[in-house]
Amino acid sequence: MSLLAVVDAQTLVDAVGLGAVYALMAVGIGLVFGVLRLVNFAYGQLVMAGAYTLAFTSSWPLGARLLACFVVVLALTRALEWAVFRPLRTASPAVMLVTTFAVAFLLQSIARILDVRDGTIGEAAASIGGLRQVVSVGGVDVRRVTLVAIAVAAVALGLLALLLARTTLGLHMRAAAADFQTARLLGVRANVVITFAVFLSGVLAAIVAIILTIQAPLVTPGFALQETIVVLVGVVVGGIDRLWTATLGGFSIGFATGVINGALPTEHTVFLPSAVFALVVLVLILRPAGLFARPRAAVVERV
Amino acid sequence: MSAPALLELDGVDVRYGRVAAVRRLTLSVSEGELVGLIGPNGAGKSTTLHAIVGLLPTSAGEIRLRGESLRGRSPESVARAGVALVPEGRRIFGGFSVEENLRLGLAAARRNGAATRLGEVYELFPTLAEFRARQAGALSGGQQQQLAIGRALMADPALLLLDEPSLGLAPALVDVVFETLAAIRERGVTVLLVEQRAQRTVSFADRTYVLANGELRLTLTQADAADTDTMISAYLA
Repeated sequence: MSLLAVVDAQTLVDAVGLGAVYALMAVGIGLVFGVLRLVNFAYGQLVMAGAYTLAFTSSWPLGARLLACFVVVLALTRALEWAVFRPLRTASPAVMLVTTFAVAFLLQSIARILDVRDGTIGEAAASIGGLRQVVSVGGVDVRRVTLVAIAVAAVALGLLALLLARTTLGLHMRAAAADFQTARLLGVRANVVITFAVFLSGVLAAIVAIILTIQAPLVTPGFALQETIVVLVGVVVGGIDRLWTATLGGFSIGFATGVINGALPTEHTVFLPSAVFALVVLVLILRPAGLFARPRAAVVERV
Repeated sequence: MSAPALLELDGVDVRYGRVAAVRRLTLSVSEGELVGLIGPNGAGKSTTLHAIVGLLPTSAGEIRLRGESLRGRSPESVARAGVALVPEGRRIFGGFSVEENLRLGLAAARRNGAATRLGEVYELFPTLAEFRARQAGALSGGQQQQLAIGRALMADPALLLLDEPSLGLAPALVDVVFETLAAIRERGVTVLLVEQRAQRTVSFADRTYVLANGELRLTLTQADAADTDTMISAYLA
């Protein structure tokens, strides 16, 4: 592989770390899409709200900062569910998407107003527990936060998989994602399932906010916006219909971004987005249903 | 009527926009009865079931379960009140295992006893027990129909609604479905059965309502079974 020749171990670890964060965001978007068929474009602004919370509470003890981050993100998620998601449940996908666009810009504007009170745009978040430091693992220099991101993503995704596979609530969520009407006919409570999916997506947004804030401590109103767009693309490329394909799509685009970033000479990193999106276009031309979609022929009606 | 009505429809209207799909429909199903509902395509049979389970709003009339109104209630709330629907086309979860499909049926269960219920359903459908870990989508059509019925029974419903359970099945499998319904009736479950197979339904059910153009035209009993076709054509002509 010529690619591997120009990519060293350090780049690979960073790429896995980026893929891990994107995978978490993909799950947050995919969970809500599963039960509501709604693409939450405002997901990045939930992350941004968490990041601002960490920045504004820089002087607080660490535990209180993390708690505040979760409280703010989850409260905002819950408010979004009540004010936007539920009333729009029967609306067309276009209306839902445009509405979440509007919510995204609204939240950004609110963040801007809160941010410029001190006369400057952007707030620096105090580092968390020296996680920005570099450690050497088997001769490879890695930032601690990268290892934490990989570990947290692995644990979070593992717990989620267990929850979906082994619990009654998980079974109900999967059923609602597969066929909501039939699930309701069987007695699955629509509101419980939706609230839980939205709650889980909020938990993931808070986790992502913490990881991204450690990686890039300067929080601005556009925080996590670009990541969200890239993850949304990754989710579609992977296959938004199923949670695990969406997650793999998120991971893949993060990993690919990391590898291409490492492979490009430093003076050419400006071409990173072009290279990533060229790859995306290529994938969608070759596999329009999604990179990990199952072959159509497998779906046979039984009589 | 001597036995108290479990399900009552009283002057029910259901509309799709300006089109009335069901008009002034009045019928009742008593505890322990197996009642048929037949009629040609587009007569309003499925629409009636969908109105009962809360998938469609009624524009007039009243639907009561044990005297309590079901109007305006969500599908999950009707299910939890004790009404289980075996939908047309079975609507099983093909990517889930057989047992997961059955466990989904517990969502509407009003009392505990999941293990007992699972045992009962497996006793009724030994094939499902054999394939419990298999993907439901890999079952044959007849087995999927058993799964859909078994899933509905998991909730231990007061009233079981079936929407054309024999549709699309080979004749031998249709026999299996009716044998299954006989076994369910033996257990004292109250059933409202929507079917296209008129004569078979009339000879099987305690009473059979005949629906056409959204209106109730006729009520037949088992004594009418032999003359079903002539009576129906006479009334619908």
